[in-house]
Amino acid sequence: MPLTLANPNAQIETGEAVSDQEYLYTLNFGPQHPATHTTLRLILTLDGEVIVKAVPDIGYLHSGFEKLGEDLDFNQYVTVVDRMNYISPIANEIAWHHTVEKLMGIEITPRCKYIRTIIAELARMSDHLLCVGASALDLGGITGFLYAFNEREKIYNIFETMSGQRFHPSFSRVGGLMMDVNDSWIEQIRKFAHHDFPKAHADVTRLLNRNKIFVDRTKGIGVLSREEAINRSATGPIARASGVQRDLRIDEPYLAYADLDFEMVCAEGGDCYSRYLVRMEELKESCKIIQQAVENIPFGPINVDLESKQVIPDKSATYRSIEGLIQHFELFMWNRRWTPPIEELYAATEAPNGELGFYVVSNGNGHAYRARTRPPSFIHFSLFPMLIEGHQISDVPAVLGSLNIIAAELDR
Amino acid sequence: MIDIEASLKSTFPDKVYAKSEFRDNQRIDVPVSDLIMVLTYLKNQLKFDMLAELCGIDYLQYPSARDRYGVNYVLSSTETNQRIIIRTKTNDPDPVVPSVVPLWEGANWLEREVFDMFGIRFEGHPDLRRILLPPEFVSYPLRKDYPLRGKGERHNFHQLTRAES
Repeated sequence: MPLTLANPNAQIETGEAVSDQEYLYTLNFGPQHPATHTTLRLILTLDGEVIVKAVPDIGYLHSGFEKLGEDLDFNQYVTVVDRMNYISPIANEIAWHHTVEKLMGIEITPRCKYIRTIIAELARMSDHLLCVGASALDLGGITGFLYAFNEREKIYNIFETMSGQRFHPSFSRVGGLMMDVNDSWIEQIRKFAHHDFPKAHADVTRLLNRNKIFVDRTKGIGVLSREEAINRSATGPIARASGVQRDLRIDEPYLAYADLDFEMVCAEGGDCYSRYLVRMEELKESCKIIQQAVENIPFGPINVDLESKQVIPDKSATYRSIEGLIQHFELFMWNRRWTPPIEELYAATEAPNGELGFYVVSNGNGHAYRARTRPPSFIHFSLFPMLIEGHQISDVPAVLGSLNIIAAELDR
Repeated sequence: MIDIEASLKSTFPDKVYAKSEFRDNQRIDVPVSDLIMVLTYLKNQLKFDMLAELCGIDYLQYPSARDRYGVNYVLSSTETNQRIIIRTKTNDPDPVVPSVVPLWEGANWLEREVFDMFGIRFEGHPDLRRILLPPEFVSYPLRKDYPLRGKGERHNFHQLTRAES
């Protein structure tokens, strides 16, 4: 099926009608292309090496996540949410349950807040390391990629210790977490945050920050001005690299971020290099957050009180007490489950890629009536045609890499 | 903090918009006819310069809902960090809402997605095509009358045979 342009007879920016420019040719970039990393397609109109027009064609991975969200209950949907941004799955889980808990009016325990903060920051590090490493890889710097991926492996080990799953932990639950963490997990994080990561970060910095090839290929490429960033709803590191001072962790503090000391990272250039620098600095800030949070995890229960009737009781309560057993039944029977208020609510968290929001409409049942996701990748990919126009075809991987498009989140 | 309700009341004295609050969400229900006027005012005068989110909802079977489709605009201000949700409602047989692409370029794909999933037309949109689903798809899957399970359009898709390819 050929993709039709919005208006095939329209004048392209150069001022001449399309028919007069027979030397323009069309290049199909993707859907399977090593430099796109994920399944997305671009139809590029080229004038020699220069891109005159780029039309993204998405939807190859659309699998109806939002429709599933209307069928699965608040805990079940977490496994689907996990698979949206599969580079940092736990950040999506936290965003989803942040919204659901807000809808139900649950205040999670301090211990849960701290552990969620730590894993959210680990997810951010995992995401940024992939983005930095993969964009370097696309531009020919394979060593930087290896250093970054080495650290991501350690983050996966931490997730495995915590939940038993490496990629999609499905660790958060309404009102708490799947299980409590133990001391070896904390020891693992200490080692990662104090010893392993700072070393790797310094290595990647030394490899890339003043690397002539890397700087030449990213500086001044894909410039996004501050006004455009706001007008086109860019958020997260991409907006901050354009000078938009907005970070939901600071502006609308959630979890334990209000207690922790960290800085918002902004840059002014708005080009690929600025986005790279912002991500590298954010990695350092995330490491700082983890170092503080891991020493300050409060004692206490991981889940909210069983009396609230909102949280799955742990196994010993289910099997050894009648209240626990009844509560377990209440949440798992198809005709019981939660009774949230008949209301609708939007809540957002700062995911690694930007503002990850959920608009949940509830009709009083145990599952959402509508579970809308505000996916940052979707909005950032709509920036792409504007960023790439006028640049060369070799800049496509640089811009794509700096936007960090995750197709599963893009298409849902 | 800007008192949005008061400033709306003083600017449009003859209009009454229902305002509601839930947790920290502030919502204003605006009819489709006034939508662009209110959004322009919010953007230009009250500095709600970012459209954080735009989503569609099908209220078929929803308890005590009178209109079928809802379109929500979550605006945020990068200056005051305030948020406001503008909700508007539209109905069958031809659900139409004016496009906000002239105000926020970021609404372009978001509106296309709502059109793709709900069939709500955005009048004045520069390029209203399906975005996630293939162009030959005929129905709108996030509508509540679209089944979750069972055979659907996918089974009717034309399959390429070896001779054709």
